[in-house]
Amino acid sequence: MEETTPAVEAESTTSASPDAPQTISVAGAQPEIASDREGDHLKITLGEFEGPLDLLLYLIRQDQVNIYDIPVARITDEYLRYLYLMQELDLTVAGDFLVMAAQLIDLKSRMLLPRDPTAAEEEVLDPRAELVNRLLEHEKFKAAAQMLWSRATVEQAVFTRAEIETDKNNPEVVVGLFDLLKVFQEILARHKEEVLMEIEREEVTMAQMIERLRNMVRSAGEVNLLEFFGRAQSRRELVVAFLSVLELVRMSEISLLQRETFGEITAKSVSPA
Amino acid sequence: MSTAKAANVEEPIETVASEEENPIEGHREIGDTELKAIIESLIFVADEPISAKVIADVVDLDRPAVEAAIRDLVKEYESRPGGLQMREIAGGWQIATRAEHHEHIRAYLKSKPSAKLSLASLETLAVIAYRQPVTVPEILEIRGVQSPSAIKTLLDKRLIIAKGRKETVGRPMMYGTSKEFLIQFGLKDLSELPSIEDFQDLAGGATD
Repeated sequence: MEETTPAVEAESTTSASPDAPQTISVAGAQPEIASDREGDHLKITLGEFEGPLDLLLYLIRQDQVNIYDIPVARITDEYLRYLYLMQELDLTVAGDFLVMAAQLIDLKSRMLLPRDPTAAEEEVLDPRAELVNRLLEHEKFKAAAQMLWSRATVEQAVFTRAEIETDKNNPEVVVGLFDLLKVFQEILARHKEEVLMEIEREEVTMAQMIERLRNMVRSAGEVNLLEFFGRAQSRRELVVAFLSVLELVRMSEISLLQRETFGEITAKSVSPA
Repeated sequence: MSTAKAANVEEPIETVASEEENPIEGHREIGDTELKAIIESLIFVADEPISAKVIADVVDLDRPAVEAAIRDLVKEYESRPGGLQMREIAGGWQIATRAEHHEHIRAYLKSKPSAKLSLASLETLAVIAYRQPVTVPEILEIRGVQSPSAIKTLLDKRLIIAKGRKETVGRPMMYGTSKEFLIQFGLKDLSELPSIEDFQDLAGGATD
């Protein structure tokens, strides 16, 4: 899993091997510190660590330590070194990295503590066990991701025929001249209605509208708002009707109820308690 | 273009169709050869992998007969060193080109391989594929890192779908893979994925 690519080379993609772009290092790209050829600056690439587990795995693999027997103190130090480096370069070190750092330090201190001699044999669990399991689990899924990647690559090389034109994917064909005429007529009709409404504009004042709603609620106990708005004869009246509902709610004369999501809304008078 | 190619392929099969043995006049009964030809054309025309059941409904025959004909067809495709393959994907059948000719096809289509999923998205997808239905906190536990943008990408690409909510604290949304996932990764069904435990050796074995 470890490729010991010289850090300088990975930086310049042109000098990389021809099939380099085809590979992705799911195992976590190596962080690199390389001197810039043009200047004195150090060029630092942190690699694609997809989180703390990735970084930890990388460190473990790099040091070739047994994952079942991690030298916690050493790995923790290296982990923290990377974290400082990351913070220096990039202020947005994700919280996940810090959480892991805290866990590592906790683990380190627990490893230092002498074991409870009175504890039963089964209870003396290696404090590292949980972390090891997580790392192994994580690594399995990284391998699975690699598998998915190669599958997708093969699949992208497989083509199916281009789309066949059908009525479904090409709705224009369905529309004939008569459909067009019908739509035009509808537009004309709508237009006529609008004109009609404007002529017989009727001024209803806010006070009248509030009174109307009040009466409706009082007599029926409950008023469907759709019904109430439906009575409005014009756009303006509709607006007034809407405002009057808001007003009565504000004055806590009525309360609004919606019995189900997206259901109809009814207004109910608030009984004076 | 693909139509022209397909026409070439259908030629030899048409010659097979000409040696029909039982063209019973009167009854409109479909002979084996004709059935195969019809099924092949249906699979060719279908936008998505087409299931044996849908084919059976269209030709009005029972499914075992259709499945047998499909098996024969697949054998024919396999024995012929042609440019097309017939394969089972996402619970249906599909006619597609063979991967090895992709360079020429791309040269003609002037297309490049489309943008790959990021590492984060692939890992998230792997976790969802193997642990579905799975919630965001469970994905976080395995990946050790939040994956909101990866999940959004996967949802946008319709590779995963919401599978209801888990009845636990906070009722988190559960995710699973979609049919599109099977199609894009060339899988018959989820059981075709290699077992996650098989990756154990690959993963743990590196230093042991």
